[in-house]
Amino acid sequence: MRPALHAEWTKLRTVTGPLWLLLGTVAATVALSAGATSVVRCASTGCGGDMTKLSLIGVQLGQALVVILAVLVIAGEYSTGMIRTTLAAMPRRATVLAAKAVTLAGVVAAAGTIAVLGSLVAGRLLLPGHAFTTARGHPALSLADGPTLRAAVGSILYLALIALLSLGVATAVRDSATSIGIVLGLLYLVPILSQMIGDPRWRRLLQQIGPMSAGLAIQATTDIPSLPIGPWAGLGVTAGWAAAALLAGGLLLRRRDA
Amino acid sequence: MTATLAHVVHAEWTKFRTVRGWVIGMVVAALMPVLFALLVGVSSDQKGSPPVPIGPGGEPVTDSFYFVHRPLTGNGSITVSVSALRSSIPKRPGDLRPGVVPWAKAGIVIKESTRQGSPYAAIMVTGSHGVRMQDSYVNDTAGLPGPVSAASVRWLRLDRSGEVITGYASAGGTRWTKVGTVRVRGLGPTAQGGLFVASPPSVDGMGTRGSVSTAVFGDLRIRGRWAGGNWTGDQVGAESPTFSGYPRGTSGSFTGAGSDGSFTVTGAGDMAPAVRDTLPTGGTLGEILTGTFAALIVVIVVGALFITTEYRKNLIHVTLAAGPGRSRVLAAKAMVLGGVTFVAGFAGALVAVPLGERLARANGVYIFPVASSTELRVELGIAALLATASVLALAVGTVFRHSAGAVTTVIVAIVLPYILIAIPFMPASVSDWLARVTPGAAFAVQQTLVPYHQVTSNYTPYYGYYPLAPWAGFAVLAGYAVASLAAAALLLRRRDA
Repeated sequence: MRPALHAEWTKLRTVTGPLWLLLGTVAATVALSAGATSVVRCASTGCGGDMTKLSLIGVQLGQALVVILAVLVIAGEYSTGMIRTTLAAMPRRATVLAAKAVTLAGVVAAAGTIAVLGSLVAGRLLLPGHAFTTARGHPALSLADGPTLRAAVGSILYLALIALLSLGVATAVRDSATSIGIVLGLLYLVPILSQMIGDPRWRRLLQQIGPMSAGLAIQATTDIPSLPIGPWAGLGVTAGWAAAALLAGGLLLRRRDA
Repeated sequence: MTATLAHVVHAEWTKFRTVRGWVIGMVVAALMPVLFALLVGVSSDQKGSPPVPIGPGGEPVTDSFYFVHRPLTGNGSITVSVSALRSSIPKRPGDLRPGVVPWAKAGIVIKESTRQGSPYAAIMVTGSHGVRMQDSYVNDTAGLPGPVSAASVRWLRLDRSGEVITGYASAGGTRWTKVGTVRVRGLGPTAQGGLFVASPPSVDGMGTRGSVSTAVFGDLRIRGRWAGGNWTGDQVGAESPTFSGYPRGTSGSFTGAGSDGSFTVTGAGDMAPAVRDTLPTGGTLGEILTGTFAALIVVIVVGALFITTEYRKNLIHVTLAAGPGRSRVLAAKAMVLGGVTFVAGFAGALVAVPLGERLARANGVYIFPVASSTELRVELGIAALLATASVLALAVGTVFRHSAGAVTTVIVAIVLPYILIAIPFMPASVSDWLARVTPGAAFAVQQTLVPYHQVTSNYTPYYGYYPLAPWAGFAVLAGYAVASLAAAALLLRRRDA
């Protein structure tokens, strides 16, 4: 496993694409979070609302860049033919995929940590200027607050899980554009569809099984009993998606010719 | 031999139709709206819910208010003074606080019957829009401005002559100003006339809170053939999908002191056209066409691949050698891709809309009514949106020469604004801005709802009210596509393939 990990780390480190995508993830996440927290207004009748969740809204954009990175880790090799070299050097295909998954999850978690902390700092600095003050029931965001810490750690894990989901899908599909279409479709379509569905039971069900709508429940810090799914259970759903995608990708990788 | 545009188009068409994945993609793009329309249709069940009240013009209306009335046969008139209109909004359930409800209404109304949706004409004082005369739910005429209080009492009068009702207002009860004259079709020989109080929900952030209002009336005088006996107090439209009910711990009521003609009336509800907020169970064509988002992702993938595959397989050298006019190759690709996507998208929408409408209605779901010309516009608009999005993906793919970045950029640019618009606490100004400047503006082609100035509501894209007119919104996306195509053509000419 160690040589495989070393090989994957070298591949990721020595081209500029991944670095730019990780920097892009951080920039996009923080930019959207800061943008959202700088435009909200506290209504005169009282604010309410979950400011931790709003401060982490950028994860919804940042994950798109994580998806590109994760898909290219494997689909990029297919498009250039590099995959044949990789598999010739490392004939144990499960090891190759596992090494890719570990390396990818590591770098995404590292970038995700910077992105999430940056977003929270932006929220902490910007929100008091928009009347979200302690006096009105919104103390400044802080990692010392249990639910906020859980939301922050969970968001980092969420980004890593999205990377693994994308890796699994791309291993199965082998084409980068199609893989990205499938993953972004899974992520973004479920919340849109669930808004449109009239029947509350169906809506709840969709929000419970969608990889993004369930996983981002980890960001909620207020009114948790009313959520369609609990924070950790929701992240568990995303983990289930990632595991299923990796398993399917792994099986197909072993079965098929490269 | 120079290749004419027709030749290049033919060559590109041959490429497109012989790649099985792209053809399957287009079939899937056509099927997605149909599939989602089925899903949205079968998953909604409102059988047995009370019917949506329909106004004389065929539009859904809110017709729920507290009515202190008597029958009036033939011609007659009614005059009253209003010396107070106070509204309360709950801060939390059960915790009422005094508040301003701009369109809280207290006044006099002559109405065909107490049936919801029946025709009427009314004159009233409002929370912060002065005296108004309104009829048939959608019409609204301004009268005396300024709020009502004990120091500035407002006098109101309605004269009925057949189907013609004239409203007057006065600040002192002596000098009257005519506010308006309307013909109320279908008023019938015997109508119901009297005092009313309505109090629409107060808009708060992205949501609404039910409100309740109380008015103090005095000097009630009636002339003409009014039935004898006492005034009857009724809640019109107590059970209605367009009425969210009274705040907890309150109810509609009236007390009359008798001899001096003074009354205190408490009521909630509204007499107005229904909007998305007040009819949350209603469906729109945009919801039936949710599958557009899925189709969008498919056509963006195909659009990007239509050019990036050539780079990956090095076919681009052959393509550009065969047709050296590089812009012409790009134009041919855009024409073939846009044409095929338009046909697929239009076919999908053409089947999805009637199918979704039928399924929803069979399940008791009310669909906001649209003219058939509007329905066609929505279907054509969705097809044009998909075609333009695929051409945008083609152009961005040409610039990036790599499908991953192109697909993600275009999907995020079109779909993400839509998701951001749905964030609670996003001010209307920001979601309006998102729906004006991002490529997601094109979703305005789905718009079928009309905002009303006399109904305070969340007129935001999230609720189906777009800041741009349908084709103006589409033009924003088209602008991005044209600009990207121009950049792509320039880079294609400048760069080595």
